[in-house]
Amino acid sequence: MNGEVNAIEAVDLTKRFGEKTVVDHVSLEVKQGEIVGFLGPNGSGKTTTIRMLTGLLTPDSGTGSCLGFDIVREADQIKRNIGYMTQRFSFYEDLSIRENLEFVARLYSLTPMKDYVDRTLERLGLVSRQKQLAGQLSGGWKQRLALAACIMHEPRLLMLDEPTAGVDPQARREFWDQIHQLADEGLTVLVSTHYMDEAERCHRIVYISYGKVVARGTVEEVIADSGLTTWVIRGVANGALAEELRRQPGVEQVAQFGTTLHVVGSDAVALRATVDRYAGRPGLEIAPGETSLEDVFIRLMSQHGEARQ
Amino acid sequence: MTAGSRIRAILIKEFIQLRRDRLTFGMMVGIPIMQLILFGFAINTDPKQLPTAIIAPNPNAYTRDILAGMRNSDYFRFEKDAVTEAEAREGLQRGELSFVVTFPADFGRDLVRGQRPQLLIEADATDPSAASNAVGAFNRIVDDALRDDLVGPMAQEKRGRPAVDVVVHRLYNPEGITRYNIVPGLLGVILTMTMTLMTAISLTREAERGTMENLLAMPVKPVEVMIGKIAPYIGIGFVQVTIILLAAYFVFGVPMMGSFVALFVGLTAFIATNLALGYTFSTIARSQMQAMQMTFFFFLPSILLSGFMFPFLGMPQWAQWIGSVLPLTHFLRIVRGTLLKASDLWDILPNLWPILLIFTVVSTIALLRYRKTLD
Ligand SMILES: Nc1ncnc2c1ncn2[C@@H]1O[C@H](COP(=O)(O)OP(=O)(O)OP(=O)(O)O)[C@@H](O)[C@H]1O
Ligand SMILES: [Mg+2]
Repeated sequence: MNGEVNAIEAVDLTKRFGEKTVVDHVSLEVKQGEIVGFLGPNGSGKTTTIRMLTGLLTPDSGTGSCLGFDIVREADQIKRNIGYMTQRFSFYEDLSIRENLEFVARLYSLTPMKDYVDRTLERLGLVSRQKQLAGQLSGGWKQRLALAACIMHEPRLLMLDEPTAGVDPQARREFWDQIHQLADEGLTVLVSTHYMDEAERCHRIVYISYGKVVARGTVEEVIADSGLTTWVIRGVANGALAEELRRQPGVEQVAQFGTTLHVVGSDAVALRATVDRYAGRPGLEIAPGETSLEDVFIRLMSQHGEARQ
Repeated sequence: MTAGSRIRAILIKEFIQLRRDRLTFGMMVGIPIMQLILFGFAINTDPKQLPTAIIAPNPNAYTRDILAGMRNSDYFRFEKDAVTEAEAREGLQRGELSFVVTFPADFGRDLVRGQRPQLLIEADATDPSAASNAVGAFNRIVDDALRDDLVGPMAQEKRGRPAVDVVVHRLYNPEGITRYNIVPGLLGVILTMTMTLMTAISLTREAERGTMENLLAMPVKPVEVMIGKIAPYIGIGFVQVTIILLAAYFVFGVPMMGSFVALFVGLTAFIATNLALGYTFSTIARSQMQAMQMTFFFFLPSILLSGFMFPFLGMPQWAQWIGSVLPLTHFLRIVRGTLLKASDLWDILPNLWPILLIFTVVSTIALLRYRKTLD
């Protein structure tokens, strides 16, 4: 495999469950060494897409390859060469951390097995807990075990499905430091998440909604492409003011953060006019703000949700 | 008040769940109906139409009358008209024949002379209850058949001693000890139940605990999963076998006459087949609960139609056909053959290949049913 080949290439992947089209012509390109964030609301088809890419689901139409292997015909090679971390914890709860890792090492025929397991335990700081049953671990440690198990065979491509759901901030940060370290070593990562800060740690993001890709690019590109402008109102901002603002022309979103309001809209002129009318009110301090990724996603969600109905 | 509403909450939830689980619901209704029909007609504690071979070197009017009487009694069904002694012996050994009736060469002459010729009936008495009614009826059948033939000088025989000296040989279990039949049978029944159950939950458990997705995502082939999941239980099966055989010998005094190699081969095939069968259930069932129901559904006919509880050869033909696709039916013949009839590897062959065939078919189904994807 040379460096030119994309780690993931998918064209028009489509998957239906019964009547429902869950993944709808999704195309995806991930270069080697890239960390790509895969975002989208609940039920938008992230897990389903990842499962198709790992060969666990057969697409109804479309083609794709991982590391140059066809996702339908060469699923066996894909399984050998990638690491996949499932959304739901899927290791054996009645086995200890070490036993789980040994199981995985044997399935991948890693020899000498003990070396691989020891190295992986060390790397993820699991040495002191290696005898603990997986079922007794807290959420964060389960995730760590799952990550350990899927990088042990030194895959060149990682697919992580919400790897940090329910994990505390510090553990999440450590987790992401790990991911970046692995990427520096040449590993490619596709990671789904609902956390904005995690999306911002990715080289690129892909956002899907109702099975369709609706935004992609770097975080800056996605924000710029959204065409949203944001104003920040500080002072005696409260729920009543937020309600009032929501009904004004040009205002599409109002989000309250403590005593601060973020007012977002896509029509910059109308929004400006509205904001100006409030500028004179006593106690309010109004300034242009930066549109956040979250604002963009909320807008994408409501837009495509409406288009759908 | 509130207790009532809480009970109702649970009740309604249970009802909804039951309704969603179609298979369970179907089983609750289907099992009694099917089992009643099936076993109501199949089971017969007074077995009739038992396969019988006749050795009659010089057939004559008297032998023909006796044979006609046997046929009319409904207890005996003649497999072949004339067999050699060796063929008859093999038929009994393999469990294909229940009775062999041997007329001496001089039967007719001795009868006419009033010399009370011997008439030998050999019965496969491994299952004492299967043979007893027919043997009991045999004396009367012979007497009745000859009553009209014995006129003139022979007529006096009618009044005194019987004209024929009927000799009964209960083979393999001369004292008619039921234990000798039941205990080896239990070996098969216990293995059927435990082995099938062990593997029936093996894949459904992975699916229910969510570990299946991970297993599928790793490079392991279906046949490797199957072998890996079945093999350990072969060892457990043999632990059970050892316990049962030791008890059979030392506690129940069951004789062990035959070849241990043959028994071992038969056991291995039988255990593997039951494990493969359970594994197949687990590729079909959607939950552990369903897998257990399937096991139970399979277990009942195995007990009732295999010849364990009721004589196999006494069942109607259609029930025997159903019985023939159950591994236990064939294994019972192997285990009774090797323990009671001194069978060797050659003798068990006719019952070994059906087990191997079932194993092959079942394993193929399991491998075809194993989903390599989550579709
Ligand atoms: N096996 C299945 N059968 C039927 N429908 C399914 C199946 N798997 C997923 N779906 C449906 O497909 C849609 C997409 O599910 P998917 O799990 O891919 O979403 P997701 O983006 O991963 O959501 P989340 O963020 O909540 O994990 C959902 O509406 C779900 O109900
Ligand atoms: Mg998901």
